[in-house]
This record gives sequence, C-alpha cells and structure tokens, in this order.
Amino acid sequence: METRNSIRPPGPVVIDIENITKEYVMGEEVVRALRGVSLQIRRNEYLAIMGPSGSGKSTLMNMLGCLDTPSAGRYEFNGKNVAEMDDDELAAVRNREIGFVFQTFNLLPRSTSLRNVELPLIYAGINPDRRVERAAQVLADVGLGDRIHHKPNELSGGQRQRVAIARALVNGPSIILADEPTGNLDSKTGEEIMELFENLYQHGNTIILVTHERDIAAHARRTVHLRDGLIEMDHVGFIAELDMPLAR
Amino acid sequence: MKRFLYELGESWKIAAAQMRSNLTRSTLTALGVIIGIIAVTLMGTAVNGISIGFDKSMAVLGDDVLYVTQWPWKPVDDWWNYRDRKKIKTEYAETLNRMIAATPNSNLVVAVPTSNFMRSIKYGGNQVNNVFVLGTTSDFIITSTIDCTAGRFFNELESRDGANVVVIGYDVADALFPSENPIDKSVLINGQLFKVIGVNTRQGTFLGLFSWDSMVAMPLGAFNKYFSAKSESDVRVKVKDKTRLADAKDELIGLMRRVRGLPPEKKDDFSINEQQAFKSTLDPVKNSIAIAGLFITGLSLFVGAIGIMNITFVSVKERTKEIGTRKALGARRRTILLQFLIESTALCLLGGFIGLVLAFLMCFLIGKAAPSFPIHFSLGLVMASVIVSAMTGLVSGFAPAWSASRLDPVAALRYE
Ligand SMILES: Nc1ncnc2c1ncn2[C@@H]1O[C@H](COP(=O)(O)OP(=O)(O)OP(=O)(O)O)[C@@H](O)[C@H]1O
Ligand SMILES: [Mg+2]
Repeated sequence: METRNSIRPPGPVVIDIENITKEYVMGEEVVRALRGVSLQIRRNEYLAIMGPSGSGKSTLMNMLGCLDTPSAGRYEFNGKNVAEMDDDELAAVRNREIGFVFQTFNLLPRSTSLRNVELPLIYAGINPDRRVERAAQVLADVGLGDRIHHKPNELSGGQRQRVAIARALVNGPSIILADEPTGNLDSKTGEEIMELFENLYQHGNTIILVTHERDIAAHARRTVHLRDGLIEMDHVGFIAELDMPLAR
Repeated sequence: MKRFLYELGESWKIAAAQMRSNLTRSTLTALGVIIGIIAVTLMGTAVNGISIGFDKSMAVLGDDVLYVTQWPWKPVDDWWNYRDRKKIKTEYAETLNRMIAATPNSNLVVAVPTSNFMRSIKYGGNQVNNVFVLGTTSDFIITSTIDCTAGRFFNELESRDGANVVVIGYDVADALFPSENPIDKSVLINGQLFKVIGVNTRQGTFLGLFSWDSMVAMPLGAFNKYFSAKSESDVRVKVKDKTRLADAKDELIGLMRRVRGLPPEKKDDFSINEQQAFKSTLDPVKNSIAIAGLFITGLSLFVGAIGIMNITFVSVKERTKEIGTRKALGARRRTILLQFLIESTALCLLGGFIGLVLAFLMCFLIGKAAPSFPIHFSLGLVMASVIVSAMTGLVSGFAPAWSASRLDPVAALRYE
C-alpha cells in the first residue's frame, strides 16, 4: 500500500488538448474565455486547476467534460477526436468516460440516493437488478451504505456531495471532473470530501478538480494555473513544494 | 433497444413522480383534458346512437325492396309534375304478381300492396292517437324483416278474407295493454273491432323516423272495407338478388309501364324508390351532424391540449438545470425528448381515463333518465378516446420536449 503522499506513476494519455480557444460573442463584444490552452492529462493523475475568478476554469472544465465544444483547437479524448463526434457519441462519452461532480451537487431533489446514483446506469442501458446492486455498492464505497433510501433534503451537504461522487463513479469513468466540489461545504466537511478523492486517487482513478483554495489544491499531485484564459503555470508535484506564493 | 426500454421505464417513473409532487397543478391541467374527453366521448356516443338508430330505421325499408310510389323519395323542385300523376292502386300488386309469374328468370319475387292511414286506436279506457294503420297482404312478411314477440302475423287465409285481425307495434301494445296480454283481445279502430293476433318485437325509434313500434297492420281487405277513402297506397316489390337491384328496377319499370298502358314516347308517371335513395339523401345530414358535433367538442379538447403544452413548457423551464445535469450524466437528446413527451402523454392519458369514466357514468345516467335519447357507448369509442388522449399528449408535449432536448448542456447547467 502506498502512502498518502506518494505520487503514483501516471498511465497513458487520456486527455490531449492543443491550442484550445473559446470565445463568446455578446453583441459587439467578444469574450475570450480561453485563448489557446494546451494540456495533456494521463490516467491516474490528480490535477488541480486554479486561477482567479473569470480566468476560464469552468470553461476549460466543460470543454474537458465534452459538455462544450471549443471555438478552435484540437481535443483528443482517449485518442479520439472530440470534434468529430456527434451529439449521441458525446453523450455516450459523458456517460461512460466522465464523472461530473458539481459545486451545487445537482442531485435530483425528489429521488433517493440510490435512484440518483442509478441514473448514469440507466442511460448506459444496464439492467435493473445490476443497476441497484452496483449503485448500492458504490454508495457503500463512499460511506453512505445506510443512506441509500434517503432523499437529498434528508442528507447533510457533505453526504449530498458523496452521493454526487458515487454518481460520478458508478459507470467506472476514465476521469472524474469536479468543479469546486467543496465550494458549498464548510472546511471540515470539505476536508472529508478531499479524503474521499485521495482514496479514489489511491485506487487508480484520474481526478481533475477546479478550486481557488490553496488548501484544496494542496491534495493534488499536479497544479495548473490559469489566468485570462491562458495557462500561467503547470506544476507537476505537490503545490506545497512550490514556495512561490501564487497571486489570487 | 433494451436501453430504450429502460429509459422509457425511467421516464414513466419521473412522470409519475412529477405529477405527484405537483399535484394541484397536474390536476388543474388534466381537468382541461378531462372536460375535453368527456365532451368528445359524449358526442361520440350520440353520433354512434344516431347512426345506429338511423340504420335501424333504414332496415325497416329493406335493402332488397323496391317501392312503387306516386312521389319520388327525394326533394323535387318541380312538384307540379308529380302532383297530377295517377295514384298508385293496390290492385297493381295483383297484376304485377301475374306478370312476374309469367316472366321466366324474373328478378322480382313478389309485389305487395300497402295502404295506410292515421287513426286512433282504443282498448278499454286506453287510447293511442295517430297510429299508422297499414293494410297489406300476408306476403308483407316476405318484404319486411318483421318479428313478433307474441303471436304471429296474419296468414294467407285471413289476408284473402279480409278478416278483422291486427298485428300491433310494441309501443301500441305497451300503451293499450300495460298489464295484460294483448293476444286475442279486441281493439277498437274507427268504430270497428279487430282481434289482436300478434305484437311486433321492439324496434326503437330514431329522431321521429318511421318505426314499427307505433303502427298496426291488418289485411288489406279489412282496411279497404273501413278506411279506403283518402288512404295512401303504394306497392313494394321484393327483389330476388339485391346485387342486381338496377336490373330489377329496369324490369319493374317495364312492368309498371305495361300496367299503366304507357306508349313508348310518354314519360314514367310513377316513381320506383329504394332504401339507397333515402340513405343518400339522409347520409350527408347524418355526417354533417357528426362532423360538426365532433369539431365543436374537439375544440374543448384543443383547449385542454394547449393547457398541457403550457404546463410542459413551464416544467421544462423549471427543470432546466436538471436537464443540464442529465445531459452531463449521459442523457441523449432523444432521452430528454422522450422524458417530456411521456410526461405530457401520461398527464393526458390520466385525464383521458378519468374523462372516459365520467363520460361512461353520464351516459349511464342519461340512458336511465331518457331512454329514447340516442346514445351508444362502444368499445371502439373507448379505444378511440384513449388513442385521442395519447395523441393529444404527444402533440401538445412535442414542442416543449423538443426545446428541452435541444438545450445546450452548459447553458442549462448555468441556468438559475
Ligand atoms: N455563456 C457565456 N457567455 C458569455 N460569456 C461567458 C459565458 N460563460 C463564461 N463566460 C465568460 O468567460 C469567462 C470565463 O468564465 P468561467 O466560468 O470559465 O470562469 P471561472 O474561472 O470558472 O470563474 P469562477 O472562479 O468565478 O467560477 C468569464 O469572463 C465569463 O464571463
Ligand atoms: Mg467556475
């Protein structure tokens, strides 16, 4: 068993983007959210994306998660060109290869934890028995084995985020994308969630998270810094090794 | 395919949960459909009832019988050309029968004379006014589908002798003999006593069209003895093969011209009619009633459909973020489309079922309160209502469901 602070050897390249740009046209004005970003992310990396507000973190994240398409640039996911995929193929990639964790949890309010976690399995066409079994298993893995029949409003914030993480994990995705996963949690609960991510990382998952908190980013094994839609810094290794104080 | 089924099942669950959690809203929206379906279904039962009553009344005329009359069975603009025609005499029937017998391979079977008159009829303290009194021969039962619930039609002997016997319609029997068996009782018509020998099976009336229920039939001999003045007569001729009605008609025209002794250059001075002619004048009326009725009630269903469309748009708007989340989790456009279509369809189907049940109860009550009102509930109508409500759901849900499926996932996720 590896220790908490070990950096696991990364596997093959999962995400390969080159010179990605994203522009929003708002009337006269053109907002350039991303202005040429290149990045390679390998399997079993643990990456934090940092940067000031409006620097394009969420935009990049949506791009990586195949929710959004770049204005220009190349994006290969698992060696396949994303630009050539049609809508259904993108949906299939999101369903099987990507697990989203949102700042606001985004659970279905009227469904139980179990049903929430089942959802990606339904979209994957898994039969009902296997679905329930698998969803219950993953919920137990994130420590919610006794909360599977609770609805979101019967759970604490941390528990809700665990349900959301279970939902992200349930189809065994290549990467987990988390945009400010602790943004709506107090620091103690946030730390527990980070514990869970650490655990997932140790079990071979690939994690990409967006944060502007140095304490959160401190868990990652690599940190990418964005500013004004450009990568300002790409540091492999714990951020703590870096004594340069990063501008907020 | 399997995946589609799971998505379908999931969509139904969501739809049910959605309806439950927005109970008031769903109920109010469904109410529009409920009212619409009640209106359409009730109109459907009425149209059904009218159509059945109509066909029944038509059946009285028989589809293999030709009617020789002075006036044609259709509206005419030049009535003066018909007014001065000679009347049709009952004796023609005998002549025609002799001619038919003398014609090898005739298309005609038998000619039956009928005379009629309106009279009141009495038994004891009971009296029925304006009864259609028919004088005819025993061959009448060959040309008409006429059954007796009790007793029999008069036979050849009674017919030839002009015996004072009558066969009475169901309603007449009901009015004159509320608590007695009419057979062998004597009724009073025009001051003469007639013995009841048969009662017709109930036929039902329709919009005042002719029905056996309110008539009596007696031998022509007896009829002529007492009522011959001012009576209307015609001759009906049974056809051998109803698929060759036109040939039979031509033959009958020829025979009638001989009966009337018409030289070739003269036009026919009589009319040959058939059920079909009657039908083709009345069918458009029947169809217009049906179309107008269904159109007007259809409007109320349309209003219900607009309600469904509106509520589905609201639902899509409210759940924009949820749609974004579902897309992020791998829902395809088709999945989202299906989900909202099922939601609107489920709502409409629910409304449809409730409406159908209420319409059925109303039909039942109307049938109890006013038995003569022409309504008829059928399985076909039930199926049609269910299909119509499902279609309403699909059609009215399509636009909102389509807009939901086309939402940009990022924009949907950002939506507050
Ligand atoms: N749909 C949009 N239309 C127009 N401009 C947009 C849109 N989405 C994002 N932007 C702009 O793109 C830039 C980057 O936005 P993004 O959400 O990626 O920032 P961020 O780094 O995630 O910020 P935060 O830390 O506040 O979440 C911002 O200037 C934002 O205003
Ligand atoms: Mg952001």
